[in-house]
Amino acid sequence: MGQYTIRRLLQMIPVVIGTTFLIFAAVWALPGDPFAGKCGDRPCPEAYVAEQTARYNLDDPLIVQYVKYMGNLLTGDLGDTFRGTRVIDELAVALPPTLKLTIIAITVEIVIGIIAGVLAGLRRGSFIDNLVLLSTLVVISIPIFVIGYLAQYIFGVQLGWFPPTVGTGAPWSDLILPGLVLASVSLAYVARLTRTQLAENMRADYVRTATAKGLPRSQVVRHGLRNSLIPVVTFIGIDFGALMGGAVVTEGIFNIKGIGGLVFSSIQTREGATVTAAITFIVIVFLIVNLLVDLLYGVLDPRIRYE
Amino acid sequence: MSDPTSTGTPDQQEIRQEFMRAGAQNIALPGVTAEESALPVGDVGKPRSLWQDAWEDLRRNPLFIIGTILVLVLVVMAAFPQLFTSVDPRSCSLSNSRQPPSSEAWFGYDLQGCDVYARTIYGARASILVGIFTTAAVMVIGGLIGIVSGFFGGWTDSIASRITDIFLALPLLLGSILLLTAFPSTAETPELVVIGKVVFALAILGWTQLARIMRSSVIQVKNQDYVQAARALGASSNRVITRHVLPNSLAPVIVVAMISLGAYIGAEATLSFLGIGLQPPVISWGIAINDAATYVRTSPHMLFFPALFLSVTVFAFIMLGDAVRDALDPKLR
Repeated sequence: MGQYTIRRLLQMIPVVIGTTFLIFAAVWALPGDPFAGKCGDRPCPEAYVAEQTARYNLDDPLIVQYVKYMGNLLTGDLGDTFRGTRVIDELAVALPPTLKLTIIAITVEIVIGIIAGVLAGLRRGSFIDNLVLLSTLVVISIPIFVIGYLAQYIFGVQLGWFPPTVGTGAPWSDLILPGLVLASVSLAYVARLTRTQLAENMRADYVRTATAKGLPRSQVVRHGLRNSLIPVVTFIGIDFGALMGGAVVTEGIFNIKGIGGLVFSSIQTREGATVTAAITFIVIVFLIVNLLVDLLYGVLDPRIRYE
Repeated sequence: MSDPTSTGTPDQQEIRQEFMRAGAQNIALPGVTAEESALPVGDVGKPRSLWQDAWEDLRRNPLFIIGTILVLVLVVMAAFPQLFTSVDPRSCSLSNSRQPPSSEAWFGYDLQGCDVYARTIYGARASILVGIFTTAAVMVIGGLIGIVSGFFGGWTDSIASRITDIFLALPLLLGSILLLTAFPSTAETPELVVIGKVVFALAILGWTQLARIMRSSVIQVKNQDYVQAARALGASSNRVITRHVLPNSLAPVIVVAMISLGAYIGAEATLSFLGIGLQPPVISWGIAINDAATYVRTSPHMLFFPALFLSVTVFAFIMLGDAVRDALDPKLR
């Protein structure tokens, strides 16, 4: 298992290099003058442009810029924005709200999604099964920004159950409604996936054996569920990255100052260093979560061995 | 965003294949070969192919019928919007701004005083074009890479899989925002070019899932006896792929592609909603929803109708894909 983990970590290196290069290239290809509007209404003084150009290696070919950037990254220097603030500070401010939001969303997704999936999967064709299938299909079909506005309007403005926007410091209680919105689509997928897997596994021989030897129903279900969870866990792992990156819409609607919003505004103001650092961070988190998921397989199913 | 059963890192797939070899039957892979399902148990008479079997199932599935009708109506709407409305969606009068629905304009008027019904009908075209083109593009890119890496294996597979990993790790939404900002559109850009840019951004980040499904499907098929037989008879790689591997490994790819068609329409709307996908003067549901969002409390009709059409479209495609998947999956028989 140790060897397997090391091999997987080594495999991450080319992936991280590849993704950062792609992001870097796309940022570099962004049109427009990076100094436009940086010095008020008048154009920037030439001395300033020259200094900044030298500082950010803007005159070097793309590949040289990239290598220099990666060199700095490895020493822990994420670079500065054109405004002069440090990228790492910007990330440190934007990260906690996004992490909180993602944690709430993942928890909701796991708890509600798996419960709904189990209820539906155990009684295929029943009323509750059809209810779960139909409601999840509806949730999947409605775009997240529509769900977001509806939830904000109904639960935040009309009913007043939740604050409609998130306050400064993004306290946990304010993030519940956005977390539910962010989780909604993945929740539906988790429920459907659990249902299909469980329905299939409950017809397997080992479940019949367990029932035949007189195990209580709850234990039989546990047998089936454990085997059904592998694809579900896989999905949740892949979804982790999608939630962090996809939070840009939810963050916008509920006024959360998170990573998604930071990347979005940085793309528009051509803050290449911030964009690259933030997306690289999301990519690395995504890769690590997926490695953890792969290692979790062995816990869920001891028959799996890592070579 | 589609069938998650079939995604997984190469290692996850290796684990699953390990299972297959060990004889465990409970790890689901959607790749089902024609051989496995050609002869349903208890079915006497002429053996039917997987697709004929699925068709028998689908014909009687109400979800499939509803989905097909909805999709057909939407496609006609996209092709011939004039059939549904005689109002010009671009003739607007500011004096009608934000008027609620009335007998004159069933869905009311938007901020610019344009007829919401006409704009919603005309909006179908951009959304459906983006959905179809993106799905076609990801099927070609993902399918090719999946076949090559699954069929040839070894070094080819390692390189292709790492490339897939790189693109898979990039978040779809943030990545397409970045790409679309790098290649911006203005009001003068021709409509098809604007649509093409959105398709490009979504396809370049979206093909990975299909590549993985295709790869695992091909790996399963290529070890079948009939492929070995064809090889033993001296068939070239080309012939084996086009005549034997491709037709038998296509089913799971088609299912996922149908489901993701709906998802791409949703993604396009999200990008347009953020103001960087399609741009006016292109008429699209995402743009309409973006324009309406500010006024949702005073004029909800401006948001409601485009959002409803958008949701129904995504719903129709996902439902269709779901029905086809159930029909093609013999485990549920």
